[in-house]
Amino acid sequence: MHEPGQKMNGSEIFFECLRRENVEYIFGYPGGSLLKVYETLHDVKDIKHILVRHEQGATHMAEGYARATGRPGVVLVTSGPGATNTVTGITNAYMDSSPMVVFTGQVPSSLIGNDAFQEADIVGITRPITKHNFLVKDVRELASTIRKAFYLATTGRPGPVLVDMPKDILAAECVFEWPESVDIRGFKPTFKCHANQVQKAAKMIARSKRPLLYIGGGVITAEGSEALRQLAIEQQIPVTMTLQGLGAFPGDHPLSMGMLGMHGTFWANQAVNSCDLLIAVGARFDDRVTGKVETFATQAVKIHNDIDPTNVDKNVKVDLPVVGDAKDFLESILRELPKVREDRSQWLAEIEAWRKQCPMEYADEKDTLKTEFVIDEISKQTGGHAVIVTDVGQHQMWTAQYYKFTEPRSIITSGGLGTMGFGLPATIGAAFGVTDRPVITICGDGGLMMNIQEMVTAVYNKLPIKIFLINNSYLGMVRQWQELFHKEKYSFTDLAASNPDFVKVAEAFGCRAVSADNPESARKAITEALAYNDGPMLVDFRVVRKDMVFPMVPAGGSISDMLLARLNPKTMV
Amino acid sequence: MKHLISVLVENKFGTLNRVAAMFSARGFNLESISIGETEDAEISRMTIVTRGEDRIISQVLKQLNRLVDTIKVTDLTHQPHVERELLLMSLKMTKTTQHEIFELTNVFKGKVVDIKQKSITIEVIGSPDKINTAIDLFRPFGIRELARSGAVAIHRGEI
Repeated sequence: MHEPGQKMNGSEIFFECLRRENVEYIFGYPGGSLLKVYETLHDVKDIKHILVRHEQGATHMAEGYARATGRPGVVLVTSGPGATNTVTGITNAYMDSSPMVVFTGQVPSSLIGNDAFQEADIVGITRPITKHNFLVKDVRELASTIRKAFYLATTGRPGPVLVDMPKDILAAECVFEWPESVDIRGFKPTFKCHANQVQKAAKMIARSKRPLLYIGGGVITAEGSEALRQLAIEQQIPVTMTLQGLGAFPGDHPLSMGMLGMHGTFWANQAVNSCDLLIAVGARFDDRVTGKVETFATQAVKIHNDIDPTNVDKNVKVDLPVVGDAKDFLESILRELPKVREDRSQWLAEIEAWRKQCPMEYADEKDTLKTEFVIDEISKQTGGHAVIVTDVGQHQMWTAQYYKFTEPRSIITSGGLGTMGFGLPATIGAAFGVTDRPVITICGDGGLMMNIQEMVTAVYNKLPIKIFLINNSYLGMVRQWQELFHKEKYSFTDLAASNPDFVKVAEAFGCRAVSADNPESARKAITEALAYNDGPMLVDFRVVRKDMVFPMVPAGGSISDMLLARLNPKTMV
Repeated sequence: MKHLISVLVENKFGTLNRVAAMFSARGFNLESISIGETEDAEISRMTIVTRGEDRIISQVLKQLNRLVDTIKVTDLTHQPHVERELLLMSLKMTKTTQHEIFELTNVFKGKVVDIKQKSITIEVIGSPDKINTAIDLFRPFGIRELARSGAVAIHRGEI
């Protein structure tokens, strides 16, 4: 431990800073410019370093950890290729507003700009994909820079921050000084919602006959779920959630309408179309939610609460913007609401009728395995009490539709960037943060292959994660679009001839694995996997190959263009 | 419409790049950008000229504010302000055009900053509109080289 006035080198300062930030885990990979750091790390016992097998894996792990725990994920990689390999993971965290601090080694200051061995201008490369980034030019600035990096990553709308550390800085010495507070004059997020705007919103809510809460991941970040529950139930306002908002409100509650948007439920999208008041909280009117903006919620007066003012009026013009923290917004609304409100029974009855008209259901079959069944079964067996991490594609949408998320931070998924390969490493990261619930990845065969090397990390650390592989041997979502919109030209989406035997692959990594190809064996495999806690376990679900995800609003379409089933793809509703 | 935005930023390496990159990443129009230190050596002032409908301009202002290195963003367009640009222009010159060039330079309250046998360099200071007009009127003499500073602007009066 450090004593006041003591001289330390950059590497020692680095770890002392992480200690001050209460960092438990670093996801990292050593390299030339970080040799000094790894030298120091050798004797560090209180911060655990998790060795990954690819730097992209480290970033997704850090994000999985951050999303599961609400605390910033930490990445440590070397210069050049180590740094450039983090770009996808950083972008993913940027798009989904996850707190992350990425430390990159850099070539010695004297060589910067010389095209030195393993040099990359990672600060330049990551400027548009980080909330902010730093190049440390003096060891005396290292501690304050790290302090700022954590502050920026976790304050306001969270996001990734990168700190580039040249090799000579990590060896240079100075007296360690930890700044007690952070003051960045250009960074003052609005946390508290404006009282007038809140009062106006409360009045609008009380007066509305057909209100609808449209909830995004911001509510989970702000830990506003309890206030949301209270508001929805007291006011009898139905709740629809974005992919990242799932779990903010219990999915098994009668007021929950599930997800909205491209693969949202029929009734949620109908409700968006006919509500008279849309209350968007911590959501950003993404194109996957709105479809064609001109026809989105045209009957509704719109209230939009977001902590990031740039989200307001970006895609959809709103009537009442309220900038601030989602929890503060919801709690302030609850305080301001008048005693009397409109009767909403007719509105709820209408929604119930839509729910009955097009329920989320699937045909039960004995001999073949449908993904919907697998997800439904995972949902039932975990009782919603699990952390579900997905990859990207059809299985992701089916998970959003059929898994009943009942708690915040129970879904971790790549929403904004749509990064295939996110699932397995993010699950590993989440499993370091969460030990009281099963941590499960539901992934596809395409995505699993993209970061399958991290299976080593799971096996070596004996993480009891469940790798539920939805294997249709297709890049299923692309195949679906090819079938629906591209003349059934199935270019390069059929993986049947090239996929490996995933059970054997897993076993070679030292991971327990079984396969299942019918409902009975699937049910058993899920039970077995949930009971197995000695390390990771993979289940290769050999599902029906050509199923498609419905309902579907084609990209850029209106709710009225919603496709409900394959048999009659021209069905208009 | 055209907007004139004044931005106080941290005087650090990479700040100009952050602002310019944000404009290009978000597809905002960037007509001119100029930057220089203020009375406080830690702070620079950027003057940005951009164009767009109100919705876009409101995004531009918000996105500028969102950058950690920006301290203050002001849209001067509808506020009392002084806006100036510097033009340096080298023109072809002959005995017959020499007089005319001198006269025109006077009209624009410009200055001759360099003169050679066959060329003359003048400076003109004014609003970008005035600079545009000057360029148009000098063009027939033959422009050899031209450099514009981009607009700089400041509030008029006391705030």
